[in-house]
Amino acid sequence: MFSIEVNNLTKKFGNFTSVDEISFTVKQGEILGFLGSNGAGKSTTIRMLCGILAPTSGDALVGGYSIVKEPDKVKLNLGYMSQRFSLYNDLTVEENINFFGGVYGLAGKHLKERKQWVLEISNLVGKEKILTGSLPGGIKQRLALGTAVIHQPKIVFLDEPTSGVDPISRRNFWELIHQLSDNGTTVFVTTHYLEEAEFCNNIILIDAGKLIAEGNSKKLKTEYLTNSIIEIECSRVVDALGILEAQNFVEETSIFGNKIHISVKEYLDYKSKIKNLLTDENGIDVKSINKIVPTLEDVFIHLLEKNKK
Amino acid sequence: MINRTKAIAKKEIKQLKRDARMLFVILFFPVFLLVIFGYAVTFDVHHIKLAIFDKNKTEVSRDYIKSFTESTYFDIVKYLDADKEVKETLDEKYAQVVLVIPADFSNTLATGSQPTKVQFLIDGVDGNTATIIMNYVNGATRSYSLKIQEDYLASIGGKFYQPINLEARYWFNPNLESTKFLIPGLIAMILIVTAVVSVSLSLVREKERGTIEQINVSSINTLELLIGKSLPYIFLALLNAAFILTAGYFLFDIAIKGSYIWLFITTLIFVISSIGLGILVSVIADSQQIAFTIATFASLLPSVILSGFIFPIDSMPLPIQIITNITPAKFFIVALRAIVLRGVGPEAFWDQLLYLILFGTFMLTAASIISKKKARAV
Repeated sequence: MFSIEVNNLTKKFGNFTSVDEISFTVKQGEILGFLGSNGAGKSTTIRMLCGILAPTSGDALVGGYSIVKEPDKVKLNLGYMSQRFSLYNDLTVEENINFFGGVYGLAGKHLKERKQWVLEISNLVGKEKILTGSLPGGIKQRLALGTAVIHQPKIVFLDEPTSGVDPISRRNFWELIHQLSDNGTTVFVTTHYLEEAEFCNNIILIDAGKLIAEGNSKKLKTEYLTNSIIEIECSRVVDALGILEAQNFVEETSIFGNKIHISVKEYLDYKSKIKNLLTDENGIDVKSINKIVPTLEDVFIHLLEKNKK
Repeated sequence: MINRTKAIAKKEIKQLKRDARMLFVILFFPVFLLVIFGYAVTFDVHHIKLAIFDKNKTEVSRDYIKSFTESTYFDIVKYLDADKEVKETLDEKYAQVVLVIPADFSNTLATGSQPTKVQFLIDGVDGNTATIIMNYVNGATRSYSLKIQEDYLASIGGKFYQPINLEARYWFNPNLESTKFLIPGLIAMILIVTAVVSVSLSLVREKERGTIEQINVSSINTLELLIGKSLPYIFLALLNAAFILTAGYFLFDIAIKGSYIWLFITTLIFVISSIGLGILVSVIADSQQIAFTIATFASLLPSVILSGFIFPIDSMPLPIQIITNITPAKFFIVALRAIVLRGVGPEAFWDQLLYLILFGTFMLTAASIISKKKARAV
């Protein structure tokens, strides 16, 4: 049985279609990375799956309950944490935990046990009386996740949980997500950081409300991207980019710092050709030219470009 | 259900406790308003500035003048010596009224063949005050005139006889002090403003900070949320009412004549229906700033102008009378005056309670319809 089963889910706001007939499934205990650019329909999908926004058409079973027919039962089984850290900054750590525990109907010994657990995972044991507003971002985010799953839901939705957090805190946060998944919790996470998508068991890419790719990171890199990626490290990156874009054999280009990625149909001996073009004809200093394994970013840029056409 | 409501209420109280400024405003602002309004808003006219141009300058004219200074109604600010000073005194607003006693005042009085004339020149800019001054002057002169008549009759051995003796008594407010009449309106105004503003701000704050989303995805329902959120403010409002009534007792000598239990019930119903208005405001407004503006506008203006607090509703034109129903303060004031000033039981104001309940229900229904419409549009 699937933890989440989405069937032709659609949401329209007036004439604007935010989510367009998407269907997919998520297994129990899986970490699903739900990716897409801003306004692609990520948050709208999450809001529908959480039972707080009714779909225009289609349906989804979340934890076995229909979001159309039984949104209240759907809510019983899930946790939700959004990008905005929905904690009360003017309450102490303990008051926040007590509040969310209370809202989820926890009381007495059970609440005490879960409170201890939340404090432990957010490294806040002994700091219960600190005002939440004065905590550093990374800790606050762990606390927010802790309170979101205080009632031990089967599924947890994380809407850009790591935006605006430093890399080390992000890494620690992902360890926490893996812990949850190991204990059988389904984790549905949206993110802008593509390196984070590598941590997911499964990835879904949506664009303009449509599902455009699905699979684990290996599958995405091999199945969706048949072109070869060549990485060129050189001086005058912007000039070099302009020159390369004008070439017939180059399909797509993108800049990564002082490196350029170009995608080509087949990997022939472009090395000398490129070197000629840049160094001999234009006087650009080329440090290296290598064929590389595509990153997820290459795949997504390719897919998004293709979808635009 | 009870646990979840309790969790919300507890959280709200903790947040309030930490927001010292807000708490201070909610608790002390009302007493402050009461003192300001109680002393400033009064329709009783005392210490009228009186200037006197006594052309007669005799013992008789001075005796007549003395009859004005015996009460607190008049203060003599100036004695005039020339006709041109009369105009100046009124122009420059040294005095509100000038009394001109003619040179033949004592002589004409002594002959008794025809009535003496005295002139009062009253500053008529503020029509209301001018009328009151006129009545005072009239009363003072009439009683002085009666006294002379009595003295004269006594001197020739006759007895003064008055065919009809008017003995008017003002019930419920024997000294016709306008503060007594105003305090219930003031309580209504203060309670509705604090209830509407505090509840709408507290709800919109959750919207603004995004914490409402976290609550929405939990299994808590709207009713539990609203009850939990309102409870602390209901308690605060009742505390406020107690504060104001205590202050009213000590500062303005207003004792509660009726039943405390009915006073409590009436206030509770009023506060709840005001909170209904606060909830409606919170549904319409998306930022605390807008909520504050709408909340003060929607609660303060109608409760001052349309509630019968200051201006009697009966003397308004019919369309305005219908509009007065937009403020629950209207119904509460009637009930409160009945309980506090007249000391009567619920048989005199049960209909007002019904209107209050109706008003609250209407507000909540409107709020729920609008919020559903908004959810669809987002």
